Amino acid sequence: MALYDSSGGNGPWTGLGGDGPAMPDLEGLLRRFGGNARRTAIRIGIGIAAVALFFTSVYQVQPDEAGVVTRFGRYSRVTDPGLHFIVPFLEAVTKVPVERQLKEEFGFRTVEAGVRTAYDERQFLEESLMLTGDLNVAVVEWIVQYKVQDPRAYLFNVREIRSTFRDMSEAAMRDVVGDHSVDEVLTVGREQIAAQAKDLLQEMNDRYETGISVQQLVLQDVNPPDSVKPSFNEVNEAIQEKERLTNEALAEYNQAIPRARGDAERLIQEAEGYAAERVNRARGEASRFESVYAEYRNAPRVTRARMYLETLSEVMPKLGQKVILDESGANILPLLNLNGERRQPPSPGGPGPGGQPEREDPR
Amino acid sequence: MKRALPVVGTLAGLVLLFASTYTIRETEQAIITQFGEPVGGAVTEPGLHFKLPFIHRVTRFDQRWLPWDGDANQITTRDKKFIWVDTYARWRIADPLLFFQSVRDERGAQSRLDDIIDGETRNSVATYDLIEIVRITNRDFEITEDLVSFATEEVPSEIEFGRNAITRSILEKASEVTPSFGIELVDVRIKRVNYVEEVRAKVYERMISERQRIAERSRSEGQGRAAEVRGQRERELKSIESEAFRQAEEIRGRADAEASAIYARAYQRDADFYRFMKSLETYRTALDEGVTLVIGSDSEFLDFLRRSR
Repeated sequence: MALYDSSGGNGPWTGLGGDGPAMPDLEGLLRRFGGNARRTAIRIGIGIAAVALFFTSVYQVQPDEAGVVTRFGRYSRVTDPGLHFIVPFLEAVTKVPVERQLKEEFGFRTVEAGVRTAYDERQFLEESLMLTGDLNVAVVEWIVQYKVQDPRAYLFNVREIRSTFRDMSEAAMRDVVGDHSVDEVLTVGREQIAAQAKDLLQEMNDRYETGISVQQLVLQDVNPPDSVKPSFNEVNEAIQEKERLTNEALAEYNQAIPRARGDAERLIQEAEGYAAERVNRARGEASRFESVYAEYRNAPRVTRARMYLETLSEVMPKLGQKVILDESGANILPLLNLNGERRQPPSPGGPGPGGQPEREDPR
Repeated sequence: MKRALPVVGTLAGLVLLFASTYTIRETEQAIITQFGEPVGGAVTEPGLHFKLPFIHRVTRFDQRWLPWDGDANQITTRDKKFIWVDTYARWRIADPLLFFQSVRDERGAQSRLDDIIDGETRNSVATYDLIEIVRITNRDFEITEDLVSFATEEVPSEIEFGRNAITRSILEKASEVTPSFGIELVDVRIKRVNYVEEVRAKVYERMISERQRIAERSRSEGQGRAAEVRGQRERELKSIESEAFRQAEEIRGRADAEASAIYARAYQRDADFYRFMKSLETYRTALDEGVTLVIGSDSEFLDFLRRSR
């Protein structure tokens, strides 16, 4: 800076034109510079010292951090995000990511997170293999997400806080899994186990005063040990089969019963139809009889004879052979024509005297 | 030379200042020794402190909770189960002076803790059944409909003490010894418990056979349920069909009865005429051309025929 100030009105850029007058100017500047060399060096030294002092006394706290300041090693204050100053040499600052969600994985390791997250192919069975309450074995993988809530406690209370936190997580998870059966661990109890382990882990953190707040504990893959897996799958298959058998039987049931109900309904309807027909016929015939009878009562003999004759006249033509026997001449048989071929066609009266005899007609 | 004197004086002053002060950080505590001999008590307060320059020496210790992670021990439980038990502990230097005198540094402390905690762990674990080490409460397992767990005979479900009581007793017993090293034991926990390799294979076999039993039962339950549904279907079919038959017959019967009553009521007016009328009707339908009629000449029908002759 001082260099530019002493160069006068002409900035360094004017010299770049390549014109003659530029050269003497530069020489004069160098001469002047050499004369004041010592003072300039001191200035530069002070300048550098000032810059260094500035940079050692200023620090920036990122938005997701908190700065913990100690003076002579003693806790002094916590600073929020932004630009802050400390007394150089006497004070020191440690930045702690308080807003960031930190994560620990148990039983597996993410190698590279991304769209297609890559996992370590090793199995961390020593972390994930645990005994269940019914003395079976399950492989439980889980993650814990946590935040630093109290940066002062986080920094000053526990050494090797990460391994301590991992130890606590493992102990807490085993405590809880040890109190559940293998079936609960694998199926129904998952949420309950995660919730209980989280509470237990938080409790331990409070006791250890780690300043950590457990945000979430999530069970990942929970499996039976590899060699036992097939038999667990077999159980699942058996359950499926059980459901399939039951469903098939129910389907047959659902198919047969409504049809049977339909058939039953039809049977009853048919019976109803029969009943209606039967009763109606009876009523009809009865009322016809009554009508005929009413007339008959008016003139019984005549009606009776008429009905008799009417019937005969209707029936007679339809008959094949008619033989009249005279009891006085009982021997006269020739009229009985045994040779049916020469039988007479029906009498000249045509098909019947009444044409279409109305049975109902009382007359 | 005259000008150098203040410079030398200042430098000497600075050196003296630095030699007579020391800082204790939040994570530290210290003791002061004079030619190897402790002077005064422990310094636990963080910040700037003073001492005699060159004579007093500061020995710093950690003030935080320190880790201890034991090796996994193979232990036999009281019920003769072979397991690995892995414990961890957290401890702090409670009395730096005593700590310094008895174990000198953390490495010494770690090896003492190994002896103490491993020993107590062995002692405690060996006096309990495995179930006591695994479980913490006597809660009942939730049983799912599909996986009704077979209460395996060899697995007891009741505990008397539980893991927490065992770790507490380890902590208490170990804590009886550690104060003599200036160490406060804050927590001991069982981190991992596992079957040893050979036992694990047997446990897996047991798990497998247990699963197979569940699977088998599930399958036969399925068959049973299916048979039950089929039986129910048969029963309902029969009942529906017979019920329908009964109703139909009743309806027909009632209709027949009603019809009879109607006929009877009508025809009773004149049974004779009914018979006459019905007979005529029967002639019409019963007689056809296959019938040969033989009539006596004295029949009513031919009454007039004969008379006119």
